[in-house]
This record gives sequence, structure tokens and C-alpha cells, in this order.
Amino acid sequence: MTGKLVLENLKHRPMRSLLSILLIGVPVTLILTLVGMTQGILDDSRNRQRGVGADVVIKASESKSVVTFSAASIPAALVARVEQEPHVSLAMGVINQSIDLPLMITGIDEARFKRMTGGFTFDAGGPFQGPDDIIVDRYYANQHHLSVGQKIKLMNHDWRVAGIVEPGKLTRLAVPLATIQELNAATGKIGQIYLKVDNPSHIDAVVRELQAMLPGYGVFSMAEAMAMYSVENIPAIQEFTVVVVIIGVVIGIAVVALSMYMAVMQRTREIGILKALGASNAFILRVILLEALLIGLGGTILGIVFSFGAQWLIATLVPASIQMAIVYAWWPRTAVIILTAAALGALYPGLSAARHDAIEALAYE
Amino acid sequence: MSNDAGPIIEIRDLRKIYRLGKVDVPALRGVNLDVPSGEFLSIVGPSGSGKSTLFHIIGGLTPPTSGQVKVGGQDLASMTDAGRTRLRKRTVGFVFQKYNLLPNLTAGDNIAVARFLGGNNGRPDAQFAEVLRLLGIEGRLDHKPNSLSGGEQQRVAIARAIVNRPAILLADEPTGNLDTENSQAVLDILRDLNQRTGQTILMITHNPEAAAYGHRTVQMRDGRIVERG
Repeated sequence: MTGKLVLENLKHRPMRSLLSILLIGVPVTLILTLVGMTQGILDDSRNRQRGVGADVVIKASESKSVVTFSAASIPAALVARVEQEPHVSLAMGVINQSIDLPLMITGIDEARFKRMTGGFTFDAGGPFQGPDDIIVDRYYANQHHLSVGQKIKLMNHDWRVAGIVEPGKLTRLAVPLATIQELNAATGKIGQIYLKVDNPSHIDAVVRELQAMLPGYGVFSMAEAMAMYSVENIPAIQEFTVVVVIIGVVIGIAVVALSMYMAVMQRTREIGILKALGASNAFILRVILLEALLIGLGGTILGIVFSFGAQWLIATLVPASIQMAIVYAWWPRTAVIILTAAALGALYPGLSAARHDAIEALAYE
Repeated sequence: MSNDAGPIIEIRDLRKIYRLGKVDVPALRGVNLDVPSGEFLSIVGPSGSGKSTLFHIIGGLTPPTSGQVKVGGQDLASMTDAGRTRLRKRTVGFVFQKYNLLPNLTAGDNIAVARFLGGNNGRPDAQFAEVLRLLGIEGRLDHKPNSLSGGEQQRVAIARAIVNRPAILLADEPTGNLDTENSQAVLDILRDLNQRTGQTILMITHNPEAAAYGHRTVQMRDGRIVERG
């Protein structure tokens, strides 16, 4: 009967109920979108790293951060040197230059890139024809409405789109290594080295060997490097997520408090009737709390639906810049966060309703 | 009317003072009243005479300031808020002038919620189904109050008030918002209920014809009972 009373209360003022659910849905969407974008970008980056087909990566520092790519500070000569090491069949140096985080432009040695990865799969156009050529992936081309032969300006430099390729291999934007070295005043330098090992069983040995040989550098197997693509290795993202969650909780509390306070005001007489029928203070409080929890639950479900909408919008409008994953693990977490906020928000109106004087409430017009 | 077991309501020197701002307003100034079980008592008096306050105290909606009030053997003067809540659940039922049905529930659910609050979760018994038939609302239980006439709403309110078989039914101006025909019907129902089931009924009314439905009438003025008949 309590459930029916709560449901009928919600149905009796549908606009108030729907607006409350909508407003609760906003912070839910906010939380799920932020978490989804973080995860989506990580997944995309990890997949593109995996697409390189390397077994070992050498970075200029031992940092495990996946956002702050090291500057081009590794001598390019190191590529040839490490290639001489036992079991190393191929080495490829690249430079990653951030142009608009998380978007990077990558300088590659196209011949070595082809040997390492099997080469790009072209949707249109083809390999570099000159030093100012750029190869973009399909997402970037779609987002910026690019076609082969078109000129674009990046890093204050004019590039000609030489090819449009399938996404998934190292980078969205590839340019000749020599050109980006020159633009960065980093001639003879590279940012990272990818290695291919002759046999997977030798990977650990190669890593240990190179770690001993290159103190101060970060030498990781690709399995280790893939594992670095986690939220823990993105500076400040966890703190940012906490801030967004707190904002969500505050919005949730405020919306539910306002909504339930209005509901209690509108239902003063009904509260008096329930008391005259023998409803205890605890029963009145329970009805208000249950109603708030239902609003919170409705808002959570709506927020989840909205997060699919956000994913679609991101994939449609900025597929190259941002990727968003649907992180199912955050559905129950968000539900708990929002339901807690809803309960907290309903506490004052609920206690206020429970303390209503029955006679005054019955006389309320 | 049966009064073998003694009065179901015993009131001695009942006083109630409301505080409005810094001013004390005496609403009851020493009421003495015995109501035997099974009596249909009418209480009349002008506005402000203390009738409703007396009802509110007997019904456990507010505590007395002083004096003794025993309802079904329970002393209301020493009763806690929780105790008065229990009294409203099981011992008294209210019928109000403005019906006071919950607008978002159907007539049937209005009755069911009272039953639920009274601690009865099962379906009402056959005798209550007969009561619904006598009240003429058995076909209107799926309707919400806004689609019921005033008379129907008041009959639903009566059904709601007696669904838990309370010892006392308190009816505060039950015909105050009804036309003559519906007033007559409601009064007939109350008298029938009293005669058939021995339901103790206290009814506040301004209407002498309505008051005549009771076994006796007491008149209140200025917070006191001034006449008993």
C-alpha cells in the first residue's frame, strides 16, 4: 500500500515528477559522460598503440603517465643502436606532438612504419608524396570534412592531405618524421622508439637488457604499456571525477529537496488526513523518502539513457577528438551516489512533513 | 444502545488552552461528559464553542491541557504522541465536513490505506462488503474523489472511518457540505450503522434536525457543556 501511495503521489503531479526526474538525470549524464569519455579516450589510445604491432616501447622517461608524452629528447641514433641488440628485429622512432589534447600528430618514418605495422589501409589517396604531406584517419577526415589533396594548417604549418586511412594504427595524424623534427627544432631527436622482437618469448629478456643499457629511460613491454592506459595514469582525472560527482550530489540534493519541499507544501492537508487515519511520523517520513528515491531512480535511468545520447553526439560531431565508452560499472555506482543524494535531499522535507501538526494540516487550504 | 460495560468515553474537567503568539486562548473550560458504548451522541453549539477541540482531543489529534479523558479505558492525558497515533489507528475513526479523501487515490484505495494504517493488510471481510453495499458505493470504488459526488465522497469517508472497526466514530459536521437529500442519506447511514452494529458515534452538527438523529444531544458554549438532552 505504501508503494501504491508513493506511485500515486508521483502520478498525481506528473509535471513536477517529470521535471524532477529530468533535473536528476542531468548530473547522472554528466558523471557517466565524463567517466565514459575518460574510458573511451583511453580505450582508443590503447587500441591505436596495439595497432602498431610492436613488442617493446622505449620512452624518454620512466613516467607511466599516458597523457604527457615525452618531448623529442631521445637521440635518433639510438634507433639503429637498439636494433643491433639480440632478438630485436626492427626499431622505429616516432615523435608525438600534442596539437589539441588528446589529439596528437605523429612523425613517422613511413618505411619502418610499414614494416612494423603492415602499413596504413587507405580509404582514399596514398602514402606521403612530399615532406609537407599528412595522412589522416577517417574519423579526423570526417570531423574536419577533409578530402585528399586538401590543405590544412596544423602546428602553424600548411599540410596537404595525402591519404585518408582506416583508424587504429598509432595515430590519427601522421606526417614525415623529418618534417616534424624540423618544425620542433628537434633534428636528430625522437620521442619514442617501438621495437619488434623476433620471438615473443624473448620480450622480457630484451626489456631487461635495454633497461640495463638505458638507465633513466622508460623501457616497457607493450603489455606493460597497454596496462598503463588506465584512469590512474591520467593526471588529475580522478580528482576531476570526484569534483563532478560532488557537483552531481549537490545538484541531486538541491533538486530533490526543492521538489519534495514543494510536494510537502502541496500535500499538507493530505499529510493531516494520513495522520488522522493513524499514520505515524515514521510512515510519513518513509513515504517522502520513498518518493524521493523513486525520483532518484528515474533520474538515474534517464541519465543512463542520456549518456547513450551523449555518446552518439560525440561520435557524430567530434569522432576524432573525443571517444566515449559506456562504462557499465559506473551505472550502479552512479545510482548509489544519486540515491544517496536523493535521500539526503528528502530528509528535511520528510522530517518537516512528519512533524506537521495534524489539526493545522487538516485545516490547510 | 448498550452501556453494560460503562462509558466508552469518560471526560472530567477537561481543559484545553491554545497559545496564539503570546496570548493564551482557552478552548475548553472544564468539560465533563460520559458517553456509553453504542450511543449516538449529537453535539451542537455555535462556532468557537469548543466542539471541534473536544473532538480533536477525543480523537487523539491533540493532547488535553488538563483534566481526565479516558477513551476505551485509555487515559489520553498521559498518552504519548505515539500512543495517540495508535489510538487513531484502532480506536477512533474520523468523518470530516470536507470529506478529506486523499485526492490521488481511488475510493477503494482511500479505504485500503486506512485499513493498511490500521494494521490490516488482507481483504476486508464479507461484513464490510455488506457495509459498502449499504453505503451504496460498492460500484464506485475505482473512481477518484474528483469524479464522485459530495454524497458519494462522504459515504466513502464513512466507509474509510469504520473499516478498522473503531470503537468510536467521530463525525465533524458530516452533512455540512451536502444538500438536503444527501444529508438525509448520510444521516440515515450513520443511524443505521449505530443500530445495526452498535457503533458509538459522536456527531458535531449545527443542524437541529441532524442532531435529532442522535440518542441525545449536548450543547456547548464557550468551552463548556451547557445543556444535556
